[in-house]
Amino acid sequence: MTIGLSHYLIVAAILFVIGVFGIFVNRKNVIIILMCIELILLAVNINFVAFSTHLGDMGGQIFALFVLTVAAAEAAVGLAILVVYFRNRGNIAVEDIDLMKG
Amino acid sequence: MLVTISFYLLAFVAIASAMMVVVSRNPVHSVMFLIVTFISAAGLFILMGAEFIALLLVMVYVGAVAVLFLFVVMMLDVDFVELKQGFLQYLPFGFVLALILLAEMIMVGAAYFSGESKKMVKFDSEKSNLERFGEVLYTEYAFFFEAAGLVLLVAMIGAIVLTLREREGVKKQDVSKQIARTPETAIEMVDLESGKGVGS
Repeated sequence: MTIGLSHYLIVAAILFVIGVFGIFVNRKNVIIILMCIELILLAVNINFVAFSTHLGDMGGQIFALFVLTVAAAEAAVGLAILVVYFRNRGNIAVEDIDLMKG
Repeated sequence: MLVTISFYLLAFVAIASAMMVVVSRNPVHSVMFLIVTFISAAGLFILMGAEFIALLLVMVYVGAVAVLFLFVVMMLDVDFVELKQGFLQYLPFGFVLALILLAEMIMVGAAYFSGESKKMVKFDSEKSNLERFGEVLYTEYAFFFEAAGLVLLVAMIGAIVLTLREREGVKKQDVSKQIARTPETAIEMVDLESGKGVGS
């Protein structure tokens, strides 16, 4: 049995669902939520690269590069915000982050 | 055959360690499992023939993002056991949501593929993956490439500005003050009579 496009798509789908599951289960821990977002973006990247190889178009891999860039930037800014918040409040419990009553 | 075995091995390791990221008690272990997930995903990318993206994933994620996470997890003095409370409470809802999402994806995939697995078309192997990547990245997508650089620059400046802290009462170098120093302000000439000290 050869490994085709659908195999990669199934792996990506499972990783994506694990990421969403993690966000819902670890609702109190911002750091784990950020890690789950990274997992979701990884699943998206797997899809992009799988379709890029399948269709013979480099655009998918280029886009995966940009997704990677944005994911790195998001992680850096998100963690910086987290550090500043911790400095001000002394904890990072998600339920307490409601100063703006959003 | 070898490809099939390595695919299933890498896919299993990726999914198992992704699950461990979510359920692990200690956030440091979560970061470690995240690294394992990314390395096995990089293996999957190599199987697909995208070596450049695979190595980039290892460099960016394992080399930078995971270390950043590790620093923050270790730096923040947070009671992570307390944050883990309510895990069991949210578990059923999370499971239901995950199952619905997975069922939707499987239905879409089944509708698209209708049974048989489509074969991967490999690129013609005259050029390497990196060469093809560079060919389009610096021509067709040059503008987006520079925009990505700008995104990284803004993120870097943002992260530095957010975390920079001006603290009072810390001794530090003041360059303009050092340069403004002249012999007139720095040296004082004192006439001393013999037998008397400088003090008093």
